[in-house]
Amino acid sequence: MAKHKIRVTVNGTGSEAEVESRLLLVHFIRDVLRLTGTHIGCDTTHCGACTVLLDGEPVKSCTVLAVQADGREVATVEGLEQNGQLHPIQEGFWEKHGLQCGYCTPGMMMTGYALLKSNAKPSEEEIRKAISGNLCRCTGYVNIVKAVQHAAARSR
Amino acid sequence: MEPRTTPQVGGMGHSMKRKEDPRLIRGKGNFVDDIQLPGMLYLDIVRSPFAHAKIKSINAERALKVPGVLAVITGETLAKYNLHWMPTLMSDTQMVLPTEKVMYQAQEVAGVIATDRYAAADGVEAVEVDYDPLPVVVDPFKALEPGAPVLRTDKKDKKDNRIFHWEVGDKAGTDRAFAAADVVVKQDLYIPRIHVSSIETCGCIADFDRVEGKLTVYMTTQAPHAIRTVFALVAGHVGLSEEKIRIVSPDIGGGFGGKVPVYPGYVIAVAASVVLGKPVKWIEDRMENLQADSFARDYHIKAELAAKKDGTMTALRIKTLADHGYADAAANPSKFPAGLFSICTGSYDFKNAFAEVDGVYTNKPPGGIAYRCSFRVTEAVHTIERMTDVLAQELKTDPAELRLKNFIPAEKFPYKSALGWSYDSGNYSAALKKAMEMIGYDALRKEQAERRKRGELMGIGISSFTEIVGAGPSKHFDILGIKMFDSCEIRIHPTGKAIARFGTKSQGQGHETTYAQIVAEELGIPAAHVEVEEGDTDTAPYGLGTYASRSTPVAGAAGAMAARKIRDKAKKIAAHLLEVSEDDLVWEPGKFSVKGAPQRAKTIQEIAFAAYTNHPQGMEAGLEAVSYYDPPNLTFPFGSYICVVDIDRGTGEVKIRRFVAVDDCGNIINPMIVDGQIHGGLTMGLAPALFEEISYDENGNIQGGSFMDYLLPTAMETPSWETDKTVTPSPHHPLGAKGVGESATVGAPPAIVNAVVDALSHLGVRHIDIPITPEKVWRILKDKGVAE
Repeated sequence: MAKHKIRVTVNGTGSEAEVESRLLLVHFIRDVLRLTGTHIGCDTTHCGACTVLLDGEPVKSCTVLAVQADGREVATVEGLEQNGQLHPIQEGFWEKHGLQCGYCTPGMMMTGYALLKSNAKPSEEEIRKAISGNLCRCTGYVNIVKAVQHAAARSR
Repeated sequence: MEPRTTPQVGGMGHSMKRKEDPRLIRGKGNFVDDIQLPGMLYLDIVRSPFAHAKIKSINAERALKVPGVLAVITGETLAKYNLHWMPTLMSDTQMVLPTEKVMYQAQEVAGVIATDRYAAADGVEAVEVDYDPLPVVVDPFKALEPGAPVLRTDKKDKKDNRIFHWEVGDKAGTDRAFAAADVVVKQDLYIPRIHVSSIETCGCIADFDRVEGKLTVYMTTQAPHAIRTVFALVAGHVGLSEEKIRIVSPDIGGGFGGKVPVYPGYVIAVAASVVLGKPVKWIEDRMENLQADSFARDYHIKAELAAKKDGTMTALRIKTLADHGYADAAANPSKFPAGLFSICTGSYDFKNAFAEVDGVYTNKPPGGIAYRCSFRVTEAVHTIERMTDVLAQELKTDPAELRLKNFIPAEKFPYKSALGWSYDSGNYSAALKKAMEMIGYDALRKEQAERRKRGELMGIGISSFTEIVGAGPSKHFDILGIKMFDSCEIRIHPTGKAIARFGTKSQGQGHETTYAQIVAEELGIPAAHVEVEEGDTDTAPYGLGTYASRSTPVAGAAGAMAARKIRDKAKKIAAHLLEVSEDDLVWEPGKFSVKGAPQRAKTIQEIAFAAYTNHPQGMEAGLEAVSYYDPPNLTFPFGSYICVVDIDRGTGEVKIRRFVAVDDCGNIINPMIVDGQIHGGLTMGLAPALFEEISYDENGNIQGGSFMDYLLPTAMETPSWETDKTVTPSPHHPLGAKGVGESATVGAPPAIVNAVVDALSHLGVRHIDIPITPEKVWRILKDKGVAE
């Protein structure tokens, strides 16, 4: 299996590694960089537990190869908190009981984060549409919507 | 109930923010696949493409040449240690790995151990298995026909595919009531196979330490202690002794019943670790999870309801065929092969009832576990709530009126049901009336009539369910003989802080918060100062785990009882410190004070310090207690849900316009968490009602084996749930609480189905089986000539 040298900036820190062509970005993040906040929930790009930002856009990192991230910027849940301050999206999920088991939460928060970057004041419908690629089995989404709304209000 | 403690203390009734969240929102949770041990190897599994086939040969030669592959484990390997079969929790048996034949598609055939997960997957591709297909039994009715191939040829005396016949109730009395009835309605209902699909799949790391002879298994289990004992019983003959087994359940990404059973993958990983002396990780992928893990439901139900002309229900008769797949791997209490299906008389005052269930083997994965429901309660509630509407339709009565007429009256509690349960408390009409008021029931009926005139299809559906949770009293409830108590151990530290350990295991329910609140309620120690720990069998007291909404009713009660033991000792210490008799002391959360002299008081923190520094002579030092709580009865949460749907005549799509849920789970520990549990439960009620089904073609090929075609509801299909409550405390639970995690999963499906049928009832539609897909509805509309 061919190996490739890649350089990826993850949460602002550059990392170099030699990876197999077939290594998925999610395994690079979890197993190579040991950032285990990004989770895996399916193998068909449906559940969104592995959502990270690639150059600011949410992607499902189980369907991106690590080599495709070469020279690019990746943001994961571990990068949300800055200088000991929770990001408003994290506060929203805590405050509004937007998580239960917490497994879908990192992907859900990254999607919410990206939504608020492009739409500072989303409607409930817009939030629901944005997170419709992220499955949650515990919360019934009601409090996730409230969490994103809370973050939107806090960010303004 | 007004909280007795301040928000700073955070006892019962406070919507305290969750203590588990700070790590989870930072990506610092610790799920099984997050754990990496030095030298860890990976297991991947070869699975059968056939639903029923003889294994002629397994050739691992090519696989063993794949770079990174270290070993291939087959049934023959395990058979040397007599570990190729294992018991199920229902005292049936299932294969770990086959030596002769496979019994369902995706069954485990061999395990490949490699240095990383990619190499293990390469190895799986390279294992060559030669199969000889056998006749497949898919239909459970055909499975019982004479001449059907007998599937469990491993059981020497087995001559057919019947697993069990179980019945409950007075058959003769019920038959007489039916003969005397003015009205009898009959309906067949199929409740299909579904899968819990927690977003985290199952997995483990088995780590056998050859020097210490100790096996540690980090695994996705809802019942770590029971698993430890099962491992000891299954592998005792090869030297695994219970004190040398440690099961650790780390953070779990949802369970819902799917993480109760022992799956072959766990056992193969353990065997591999023992053989290779290295930690072995096994994490199933989603398709393996959907195709091979235990299933829920799959009940074929024939129901009959008898009534008087005035709508008084008189008798219920149910005959059910239960498709368990190739093994009875349900996780029911052992005396209940059909779980608590006998709650099927529901919220109504039946004088007579009779139910029978036959369990059947087919060529499907072992099934019969829960799907966020307490042992077959969903099947029971679906039946009675559907039948109530069928009767209402027959009698041309409003379904709300029919329910109000037949509810067990509030004054009749505790109530003995016709099938033998003793319902602890209830006020059913209060919940239904509240739901009707919230949704504006009368106005909706008027609107519906007007819309019908315009040809629009709108329906209103009600479900007034009674749950049965908190298994259970040791007299009747055990799993593999182990009584279904649960436990709590509390230790108060000298500075007045505490650690509380429980025999259960949260999978998202928020135990770290609610259990801390229970201790805070009982001892007045702020919940923030109570560390809750579960899931490590080396440290936690023995318990049967978290499923069937049993954590609050059983372990939560143990928490209260352990805290009360501590309070009793604290009282003695306070009397010593204040130099008064114990009888002169009064308790308020957080302190004992002298009657009539409230300024003379000792706080729980002062008492805790004294327990280690100044305890009375003759008393042991320290302040701790353990409680193993054996509940005197189950608890019976209830509620009324009302759903409003609009149906698109062009596509058959069902749109839920509103859904109101009034729940009564007794006294509430954390209202925010209760609300969250109900939201989630409602969504897992919506899912099978409209979307989810796992079916098989005639060759036993699974349909719906990935998220491509097994449809979990997203935020787009899920309505914005409206919730409220009534509070009817449980008279026997120490906190008056009842449990809530599954009420909504149980209660929601019939509300949705009843709404859809109601929308179509004027066209002569009386029943639709779940899931109610747009295609099913569109075909009905077309058949009735109203499709657009």
